[in-house]
Amino acid sequence: MKIVVCVKQVPDTKGGVKFNPDGTLDRAAMLTIMNPDDKAGLEAALRLKDQYGAEVTVVTMGLPKAEEVLREALAMGADKGILVTDRVLGGADTWATSQTLAGAIRNLEYDLIITGRQAIDGDTAQVGPQISEHLGIPVISYAQKIEVEGNSVIVERQYDDRYHVVKAQMPCLITALAELNEARYMTPGGIFDAFKSEITVWGRADLKDVEDSNLGLKGSPTQIAKASDKVRKGKGEKVTLDPSESVDYIVNKLKEKHVI
Amino acid sequence: MDFTLSKEHEMARRLFKEFAENEVKPLAQEVDETEIFPRGTVEKMAKLGFLGIPVPKQYGGQGCDILTYAMCVEELSKVCGTTGVIVSAHTSLCCDPILTYGTEEQKQKYLVPLAKGEKLGAFGLTEPGAGTDAQGQQTKAVLDGDEYVLNGSKIFITNGKEADVYIIFAITGVDVDAKGRSKKRISAFIVEKGTPGFTFGTKEKKMGIRGSSTYELIFTDCRIPKENMLGQEGKGFGIAMHTLDGGRIGIAAQALGLAEGALETTISYVQERKQFGRPIGAFQNTQFQLADMATKTQAAQLMVYKAARAKDTQKVYSVEAAMAKLYAAEVAMEVTTKAVQLHGGYGYTREYDVERMMRDAKITEIYEGTSEVQRMVISGNLLK
Repeated sequence: MKIVVCVKQVPDTKGGVKFNPDGTLDRAAMLTIMNPDDKAGLEAALRLKDQYGAEVTVVTMGLPKAEEVLREALAMGADKGILVTDRVLGGADTWATSQTLAGAIRNLEYDLIITGRQAIDGDTAQVGPQISEHLGIPVISYAQKIEVEGNSVIVERQYDDRYHVVKAQMPCLITALAELNEARYMTPGGIFDAFKSEITVWGRADLKDVEDSNLGLKGSPTQIAKASDKVRKGKGEKVTLDPSESVDYIVNKLKEKHVI
Repeated sequence: MDFTLSKEHEMARRLFKEFAENEVKPLAQEVDETEIFPRGTVEKMAKLGFLGIPVPKQYGGQGCDILTYAMCVEELSKVCGTTGVIVSAHTSLCCDPILTYGTEEQKQKYLVPLAKGEKLGAFGLTEPGAGTDAQGQQTKAVLDGDEYVLNGSKIFITNGKEADVYIIFAITGVDVDAKGRSKKRISAFIVEKGTPGFTFGTKEKKMGIRGSSTYELIFTDCRIPKENMLGQEGKGFGIAMHTLDGGRIGIAAQALGLAEGALETTISYVQERKQFGRPIGAFQNTQFQLADMATKTQAAQLMVYKAARAKDTQKVYSVEAAMAKLYAAEVAMEVTTKAVQLHGGYGYTREYDVERMMRDAKITEIYEGTSEVQRMVISGNLLK
């Protein structure tokens, strides 16, 4: 089985979010991590590899620095890493990103494509399904469990109050939820091997069957009106009291704020 | 001179840090309180290759350098000194001498499962009458047919009852020099748990690193196959000293981690704790204390990393290892003591991590060569 996993390097929001004067994210100033949903997707692929045997190729689009996230994927156990990077691809919205990734994936053989549900920096959840549209394959989003049966996948698709069990023939695309699994750690030896491995770097010229008009900022129909950090809660107050005292304390606080 | 770490080392640090935060820190207080060996954590570390970091891949290890291994012990010790020393004793004191002195058969039989973490290692040199004076050994090994018969005991053995494979030193003869002075001939042996005649004495009740299994090992007519001798007959003292040079880098990394852990905890605390209407971090005394703690901790880190690099690149690194261990251990003691002071009354309670860190730090000035022994090694090199 051949599995392609799409991952994105995203700002680590634990370290705080920083913006450029024009309102876009100042990615260079922030610590970065592998997007959590994508990491769950990679873990799902690696588990399928452990269980059934598979070749796992990880693809990312981003700045040259995004190579780090591919090294991390290799250190976890992925087989190949492909970085799609080119100035003309910059400023891409979900449409242009999915066009780019589909253009890259057209060069690859695959039975299954796994993406994260959504990235923590944009929260759109559009790229995965759009890739499946461009490639003309079925998509099952919000996967909380994945199994393989013959040349089909059986997926539990999550809803607020229930889940559906959906079966699809491969090739198909699945979008993974962070809750799908607990991603494995890298290994020390895996890290050093990952840095010895070659990362394939593709530019615009390597993308297959994609129009220039669908790429980069020019190919992005989305207009960002404003970007802002999530509203953070106040620092709060920490008190150390006996249980009986603390009940009175909390009740008084709630009264002060007219909650009760 | 380049002080920046490679991307590989940075990523390895992230791995160790994440593991320590997620898997080790939540158990640290309980491990200390109950004195229970963290077997579950050891199994998790084994699975990730943490028990064979500097061992070549051909022997089941991760094939990384000593710096990576030192960073692992450092990050583990930041949150739990017990977990740090389990890895250090196993790797430096058991895997390393087999890798350095073992025959191919010994490596295949013992090093491979040790490096994979299927087995845990320990090292037995210290005896009731032979601590710093390692020549004062009493344990004897007498050749009888194809076997050595071991009699004697070893004390304060880290990973004591939990280990599977032990490097044990014993007297195999006495040499008399031209002036008529006698000198014990010491040899090293690989001893397996479960060998008839090999039993455990009492468990030590310790001040710190309380989850670490510290036991007396007793050998009573314990028969060891001749092929389990490690290195040449009579060369054991040199093997022990060389092994301890490497071990000191591990303990220096443990001490460094304890200092860093105490410093980080204190930085958070002084920003929360208020007295006289202000966080105590707003007082100059606190600021100056923190500045000194951070400066010394960074100096210790540079020395530990330099010693680790020296083991990677040099044949002899005794002085670098001794200096790193001496300095890092004394910094660990100073920084953890100051951390308790800055925490005030809370720092003296077992609710707060710094109390445990201070108790854990003390041993780093004692084991694998006391600070006094390190000074002997360093000055001996200056005056040779």
